[in-house]
Amino acid sequence: MKLTSPTDKLPINRSLSVTSWAVAPIIFAVLLSVPVLVIFGHLFFPSGDVWLHLTDTVLKGYIINTFWLVFGVGCLGFVLGGSTAWICASCHFPGRSFFEWALLLPLAVPTYSIAFSYGGLLEYAGPVQTSLRELFGWSRGDYWFPEVRSLPGAIFVMSFVLYPYVYLLGRAAFIGQSRNMLEVSRVLRAKPWKTVSKISLPLIRPAIIAGISLMIMEVLSDFGAVQYLGVDTFTTGIYRTWFSLGAPQAAAQLSAVLLLFVFVALLSEKWSRGKSRFYQITGRERASERIRLRGTRVVLAITACSIPLALGFLVPGAQLCFWTITTWPDVIDHRFIEYSWHSISLAAVTALLAVSLAVILRYSLRIKGGWLGRLCVLISGLGYAIPGSVIAVGVLLSLGWLDRTVDNMTRQFFDVSTGLIFIGGIAGLVFAYLVRFLAVALGAAESAFEKISPRLDDAAHVLGSGPMHRLRRIHLPLLSTGIMTAGLLVFVDVMKELPATLILRPFNYDTLAVRAYELASDELLRESASASLVIVLVGLLPVIVLSRSIGRIGYQSHGGAK
Amino acid sequence: MIVFNRCLSLLITVKLPVILLGFVILNGWAYANASEVNVYSGRKEALIRPVFEKFTEETGIVVNLVSGRAGQLRERLIIEGRNTPADILLTSDVANLYRAKKAGLLQPIVSDVLTEHIPSIYREKNGYWFGLSLRARVFVYASDRVIEGELSSYEDLAAQKWRGRIAVRSSSNVYNQSLIASMIAEHGIDSTEEWAAGLVQNFARSPKGGDTDQIRAVAAGEADVAIVNSYYYGRLMASKNLGDQDLTEKTTLFFPNQHNRGTHVNISGAGVIASAKNLAESILLLEFLAGVEGQGLFAELNHEFPINEDIKQSSTVTKWGRFKSDQVNLSLLGEYNTEAIRIADRVGWR
Repeated sequence: MKLTSPTDKLPINRSLSVTSWAVAPIIFAVLLSVPVLVIFGHLFFPSGDVWLHLTDTVLKGYIINTFWLVFGVGCLGFVLGGSTAWICASCHFPGRSFFEWALLLPLAVPTYSIAFSYGGLLEYAGPVQTSLRELFGWSRGDYWFPEVRSLPGAIFVMSFVLYPYVYLLGRAAFIGQSRNMLEVSRVLRAKPWKTVSKISLPLIRPAIIAGISLMIMEVLSDFGAVQYLGVDTFTTGIYRTWFSLGAPQAAAQLSAVLLLFVFVALLSEKWSRGKSRFYQITGRERASERIRLRGTRVVLAITACSIPLALGFLVPGAQLCFWTITTWPDVIDHRFIEYSWHSISLAAVTALLAVSLAVILRYSLRIKGGWLGRLCVLISGLGYAIPGSVIAVGVLLSLGWLDRTVDNMTRQFFDVSTGLIFIGGIAGLVFAYLVRFLAVALGAAESAFEKISPRLDDAAHVLGSGPMHRLRRIHLPLLSTGIMTAGLLVFVDVMKELPATLILRPFNYDTLAVRAYELASDELLRESASASLVIVLVGLLPVIVLSRSIGRIGYQSHGGAK
Repeated sequence: MIVFNRCLSLLITVKLPVILLGFVILNGWAYANASEVNVYSGRKEALIRPVFEKFTEETGIVVNLVSGRAGQLRERLIIEGRNTPADILLTSDVANLYRAKKAGLLQPIVSDVLTEHIPSIYREKNGYWFGLSLRARVFVYASDRVIEGELSSYEDLAAQKWRGRIAVRSSSNVYNQSLIASMIAEHGIDSTEEWAAGLVQNFARSPKGGDTDQIRAVAAGEADVAIVNSYYYGRLMASKNLGDQDLTEKTTLFFPNQHNRGTHVNISGAGVIASAKNLAESILLLEFLAGVEGQGLFAELNHEFPINEDIKQSSTVTKWGRFKSDQVNLSLLGEYNTEAIRIADRVGWR
């Protein structure tokens, strides 16, 4: 028998593992896209005259409303999130370290909660308008007051809780950008604005775009807020067509139109960026130095940061607190702790799984990124833009098929019924969450990976390091901030998730979101506030922890550079 | 951070499949109780759990609950098929029961207790579903801006004199769909569409919010008449909140169509699932809900009308006195549901 030296073995091993990395995205994409594809399967059944009825009556309204909602939230969210991210990351002013984490707080407020708060606060019969009338002796028709339950109202409330997506990703990118480039720019006497537009923005563009697309997808899939605010969008239309008109085919066709929008948006983003890529050589070794603000600029910066914080968090939070104080003795009991535990454990498990999957998928593209792999990753993220209630039905249909097949087989061969293994269990629920929220983790992981120069990979490769080894020793340490962000976003999203939880959960397995929704939809807004408040509070903990940890890294490297 | 990274690389390298498998195995735990009954409920948990707890206390039978929206629970039942763990489907309106029966999800139940307690118009004739409480779709009007003789019927609300004075919620809500369906049952499709078009013209504002919001709009002067379910008003009357009581002081409840067919009523009700594995327990639960004790709890919890006139109503509801209710065959409300939604779409009742 011949002796083989270890070096002989290495190439074979490596090619094998490279292949397995190439197969990974295909497998996961297939698994995760099944529920979405099942929905599309309905496209091929005739929908009868329902589609005609829809195009004749309501479809135009759905398209117009959805377009303006997406456009409005996209713009306002970009302005709010982008400006505060830049201010907090690049400027030095009193209160900066407070705003740095406080600006993330609205992320913990579910869109339906903020809609309820502002709806109750600003409606004609609400406290604000009532006291205005009492103060000035006005009556109906004497004055103009903006209507919250309208399209502009929806744009307003959703922008103020969703902007942290842009802020969070944008700020991480601003902080992470290397000091050298900015210094070069300053040495060349470039104006600060030129530095921002020519150097900072292109570098952080992937992060900002990822943030905006997360926001937009959140808008496209929102149901609770738009329904409450009385704006007919695709989501409410799909729901009405499916569950009220009883026409799943037509509902699937509506979903397909909606998905087309998403696909076009995603592709045009990729296309517009073209082949250009912006890398930094080092990780977080040298962070940029902050601009010291003085005089009126300090006031401006503080104002710019206070507005989103106040309107997105303090006002609705205060309203929730007020309602909770007036109702808590009737609402909070031993069940409440149970709901909280359910919410937190589901969110934590899903966040870990989603982050692992996102890293695997993004890393596999990095190693061997053909068009097929890219397409697969794109497809695995599509679920985010589909309304949770539709995803839930897709998950039900596919798991139902699996359950039936397993059951039929065991009945046939062993004469035993397995019953339902997947539906009505926690696994089904977590699967639905993954289908729905993987895009969140994928987006954050992408912008984190893109900042790592491929030269590092090449160098490690030349030194004989295999893909797994490289991932563990090089990428994961560099990625830690980015993937922590991803995990946090998924965690908070699952805490807030409602429609899929509502239909897929096991017996006696209510969560806080379910509790809040049930009471609110039964017009017990005040009673629902305590559950909303706990969602917000629990969501706050990871927000703060994460924000602190990003901040520390910034300081450390800053200090180290000096 | 380090711990997080450890967890992550552990997950990525080996443990992912193992964890997933663990989850699948964990799933089995839910269905292992001895004496139990499993309920899918379109009625909110807070409004039903106390009644179930009383039932468990008396019989020792555990009630497991998934609450949600009736339409989605129906989809879940269809997909789960014969393996569904559910024994009972509970809904807060008749249209969803009708659809469940039509989809073959329910089975006929024969029970003397149920037929004795529940009047025949409030149950399916073969026992596929049973009404458990009644809710009336009534008007709430501004006491100072509407003269008592001005109001008469649903039909009348489409008249010119109500221009810009009516508040009602979205037609996506099943209570409005059933109201339109009851109009179809009485007047036919064309006349109903004409009526709905007139009604929409009279809206004080684009439909938004729930029934309580409509009452609020009337109290605040934004509209003069609201179309709402009776128990929302009952809740406000019974509320300890000063603002809620203020709403009821400025407004008055009115039962429409007392001079002809009567006020439109809907049921909340239940049916037993075709493949129910706890059949005896399910029937016991339904009988408990239809019985004196169950009905008392139902009425007290949500200010609905008991299914049987002989049972004591909640003290709030008693103040409204007796009223004449529409005796239409409830199955028709389910049958005309789709047509009702289409009419709403055509006349722009969002």
